[in-house]
Amino acid sequence: MLPDALREHPAAAALDAALPDAIAGGHAERNEPTLFIGAPRIVEVCRFLKAEQQFVRLSSITAVDWIPADPRFEVVYNLHSMDRNARLRLKCWVSESECEIDSVTGVWRSANWYEREVFDLFGIRFRNHPDMRRILMPSDWEGYPLRKDYPVHGYKYTYQNE
Amino acid sequence: MREITLHTDSIAATDAVDIEHRLVETEPGSMRRMTLNMGPQHPSTHGVLRIVLELDGETIISAFPDIGFLHTGIEKECEVKTWQQVVTLTDRVDYLANLSNNLVYALAVEKLIGDIEIPPRAQWTRVMMAELQRLNSHLVWLGTHALDIGAMTVFFYCFREREDILRIFEMFSGQRMMTSYIRIGGLALEPPRGWQHVVGKFINAFPSKVDEYEELLDANPIWMRRTQGVGIAPLEDLLDLGVTGPMIRAAGVKWDVRKDEPYSSYDQFDFEIPTRTENDVYARYRVRLSEMRQSARIVKQALEGMPEGPWQANAPKIVLPEREKMKTQMEALIYHFKIVTEGFRVTAGEVYQAVESPRGEIAYYVVSNGTSRPYRVFMRTPSFGNLQALPALLEGRLLADSIAALGSMDFVLGDTDR
Repeated sequence: MLPDALREHPAAAALDAALPDAIAGGHAERNEPTLFIGAPRIVEVCRFLKAEQQFVRLSSITAVDWIPADPRFEVVYNLHSMDRNARLRLKCWVSESECEIDSVTGVWRSANWYEREVFDLFGIRFRNHPDMRRILMPSDWEGYPLRKDYPVHGYKYTYQNE
Repeated sequence: MREITLHTDSIAATDAVDIEHRLVETEPGSMRRMTLNMGPQHPSTHGVLRIVLELDGETIISAFPDIGFLHTGIEKECEVKTWQQVVTLTDRVDYLANLSNNLVYALAVEKLIGDIEIPPRAQWTRVMMAELQRLNSHLVWLGTHALDIGAMTVFFYCFREREDILRIFEMFSGQRMMTSYIRIGGLALEPPRGWQHVVGKFINAFPSKVDEYEELLDANPIWMRRTQGVGIAPLEDLLDLGVTGPMIRAAGVKWDVRKDEPYSSYDQFDFEIPTRTENDVYARYRVRLSEMRQSARIVKQALEGMPEGPWQANAPKIVLPEREKMKTQMEALIYHFKIVTEGFRVTAGEVYQAVESPRGEIAYYVVSNGTSRPYRVFMRTPSFGNLQALPALLEGRLLADSIAALGSMDFVLGDTDR
């Protein structure tokens, strides 16, 4: 359901008209339009925004760990359109038990490394990704460092009074 | 009969690159195909980048960049520092664009805070420092890039000017490289007395120095032949692969965050966005050279029109009080104690702030949950975005051109790996 704050937003309104039940909510706090997308619909939504709404550039993909919330992870897509000179943020929720979401590499090739980075640091797997490996950490690393339950100094060292 | 051979000798000790990529079809006993490991320690990768190249004779069939050697976990560490302490970490992301990183972080947090107004003098000083930083970065790029291609003299000239810029940074902030000069709420220190003289002397002489580099390189037939028509990739590919900055401006896209989403009063400055259409290594060099001239113009305007007034926001809960007030006013002493011991709290929410760094779009996604430490700081760094296009630039080209193409991307590996 499109929030009232984004009814006037051209891309959000067009998306709502084309894919009526894909939008689960959103807001426009600090003039940054944000849409919550149901995780199974993300590829469809991205394809529509790129093809029909000029969001040619994917600026980045990242994630936020909201432990102990359920679903735990928020995958954040930052889109940018040069033609419209506009930015749009999409968000999907991913639960810890499933921890998978469809890859958007088929829409923007630049998603490749960003999704690998999210997998590397948060442990969220991207289905249909051509090359789902760690990218920044060594390939034999255990654990996902940017998860909130991962200690800052890692598991190798422990400190007293901590 | 063709058979599949595994070329693993040169990459025997690797684990990061999937071995299945190494499958190459060759004629039995053929010496044409080989796998070449470039880096992680290689002078022309300007850092710790490893590229696995598949060669057919001298032609590159495929290139696999392997990154992560400089991963330091800065984003994780941001989560345990107070808001203001994170500024020092942003310096260390990109050693050639630390002020751009300071700036984007400060802008993001100020946007999160909301009711904080940065005085014009601080904004203009920020712009001036960011542009000097751009000059610094482009000078290092030009010097090392020319050095890679074999023009050694330019390197010395570029580093001579860079030294002047580093002295200016030292004068302002006390540091040559890790300046941490742009803070949340304004600047770290008041601009020093007599800075106008030093910056003026430098910036008045600078445009003629750019002419000097241009003359040295454009009159050099080796430089021209090694850069023209080299390192071309279709613009659609570059955009799809997330390339930003001078790379796409050299392909004809007139997009610059400074113009399209003005921040920190860039809209009050008069400057142009240079573009080219050739989309080769030479065009990238021309674009950066023109950008240096434009940056010099901006610095000059900042120098001549620098507003008077405070250099920090009037936000006692965020900005440290003056020393004199601490001795006379109880509130100032309390705020000082709170800021130093606990740090300030930032309204819950999220912000995606972009600025134009010398390498392209740098954007920070900052999430606050209302405490005195960031909940999440994600850095969308231009080097990471640009480096993804490396295979598109190299594949199907000659090995000897790979050095020129690599250099023209102007990435910083610390920026890539964070």
